[in-house]
Amino acid sequence: MTEPDGREELEPQFAQWRHYVERRPELRRSDADELEDHLRGSVDELVAAGLHADEAFLVAVKRMGSLDDLSREFAREHSERLWKQLVLTGESGSPAADTRSRRDLVAMVACAVGAAVSIKVPELFGLGFEEDVAFYAPNLGLFALPWLAAFLAWRRRAGRGLIGVLCALFALGAVAANAYQLTDESQSLALTSIHLPIALWFVVGLAYVSDDVRAPRRRMDFVRFTGEWFVYYVLIALGGGVLIAFTFGTFEAIGISPEGFVTQWLIPCGAAAAVTVAGWLVEYKQGVVENIAPVLTRLFTPLFTAVLLAFLVTFGLADAGIDVEREALILFDLLLVVVLGLLLYSISARDPLAPPVLFDKLQLALVVSALAIDVLVLLEIIGRITEYGTTPNKAAALGENAILLANLVWSAWLLLRLVGRRTPFAALERWQIGYLPVYAVWAWIVVLIFPPLFDFL
Amino acid sequence: MKVTKDLVAASATPMVLGILTEGDSYGYAILRRINELSGGELDWTEGLLYPLLHRLERLGHVEASWQSVAGERRRKYYRITDSGLAELAEQRRQWDTVVDALKEIWPGDRRPLLAFPLGGHA
Repeated sequence: MTEPDGREELEPQFAQWRHYVERRPELRRSDADELEDHLRGSVDELVAAGLHADEAFLVAVKRMGSLDDLSREFAREHSERLWKQLVLTGESGSPAADTRSRRDLVAMVACAVGAAVSIKVPELFGLGFEEDVAFYAPNLGLFALPWLAAFLAWRRRAGRGLIGVLCALFALGAVAANAYQLTDESQSLALTSIHLPIALWFVVGLAYVSDDVRAPRRRMDFVRFTGEWFVYYVLIALGGGVLIAFTFGTFEAIGISPEGFVTQWLIPCGAAAAVTVAGWLVEYKQGVVENIAPVLTRLFTPLFTAVLLAFLVTFGLADAGIDVEREALILFDLLLVVVLGLLLYSISARDPLAPPVLFDKLQLALVVSALAIDVLVLLEIIGRITEYGTTPNKAAALGENAILLANLVWSAWLLLRLVGRRTPFAALERWQIGYLPVYAVWAWIVVLIFPPLFDFL
Repeated sequence: MKVTKDLVAASATPMVLGILTEGDSYGYAILRRINELSGGELDWTEGLLYPLLHRLERLGHVEASWQSVAGERRRKYYRITDSGLAELAEQRRQWDTVVDALKEIWPGDRRPLLAFPLGGHA
């Protein structure tokens, strides 16, 4: 065993081989240990038979057969390994990682309970969900999102300065939601209720990137986080729906109506707590669902492109104006948001170095048709405003359209150059990341400046 | 002559359990022992051996323990359990039935073998 036969030189090759083995989801670290021992035994024997160390290595690896075959055989015995386990059974193997995930769990539960409690606190001051819509609607984001931000900041070990900034921003949100006396019917109340959660979500984003505020890659991670968070939240909501259905069914079977409990406790507390739980799930299990949002993007990009093109064609043929009522405005804004989401999530999952493919062209078609629609809508809104004067709703819709238009115009240009292989994909990614603060600033403007600007209409 | 894959697979469990009755062993040594016993006619692969060992471990027929050898290398040793011994006895009974039946119907020069006492195998 000790003769100088060059076996030391094999160590890098063993390490590389191990690396390949460990990348297989079917093979655990203990399997890699066992197989490596086998490989070394085989090499030892071949060297003893007179082969050079490197020859022996090659022969031994060859004898073991392809890793594909090996993994397939392992997968037959250990099929459960291909199904990554969600929550609490995370097999990490190292005690340090285990304590860390347990501490995460405790922090998550604390934050979720905090969110659930805080949504009930106003009730102590005599406010109710049904009677005081003017209070609850704009404040909704303030009950749940600070707790999610707190969990993320805790997990990232954010610095004191940054925590101060986060607190200040949430305080600013609280001021915006409550300082202006908005009535139940005012448009500004609805606008604040929609825009404040968005503004606060970007504060959560700040907490998310708090370990490395300046890194652009982290901002893209936040975009991914947002998508996955949304997917998890919807899943939790679906589960919650089933829970509510059973609560109603079982209690009504014994003649007790659980309605008060469900509407006053289960739904609000569950919804608030789920915000943190979903965030924790994304953090804890980044790899499990293999990122659903980009998959959905792939599925729906062609479908949305088809619908938008069909709309444009029909619009051209029918020669009817767009009816820019309030609902229609919101609908078109949402449509553009969806298009942008489709773009953003395919960007988040794309290999930056891959050459342009058919999907990029499809995306170009999607963005261009969205642009065409946006221009049509924009013209209608401007026409309306010059005719009847402006309202907070129209101004907000107009501003959002302008912001999305600017983004999509430049995205279309970059996509065109990407398809023509003149710009690398990274330029598009950088543009989208750089644009994120614009949405945040706009949401804050709507929340803080619009109400006084329009006399609290 | 190579033994077919099906037959190798069918005889795999009694083969491994039988080898482990000779003493605790580890993957590579088990594979070598099989080679030795069959004169290289049984074509075993790692993809057959290790998942089989893991299945036997899951079923409780063998126990495994890690021991370190030659510095940082870790080796997984397998030891047969009581349930493994029972399984081996059961498999052996089945194999004996099969072998006996085959011997009955196969004519020719192997037939006289039946006349010999089986004591040597016990």
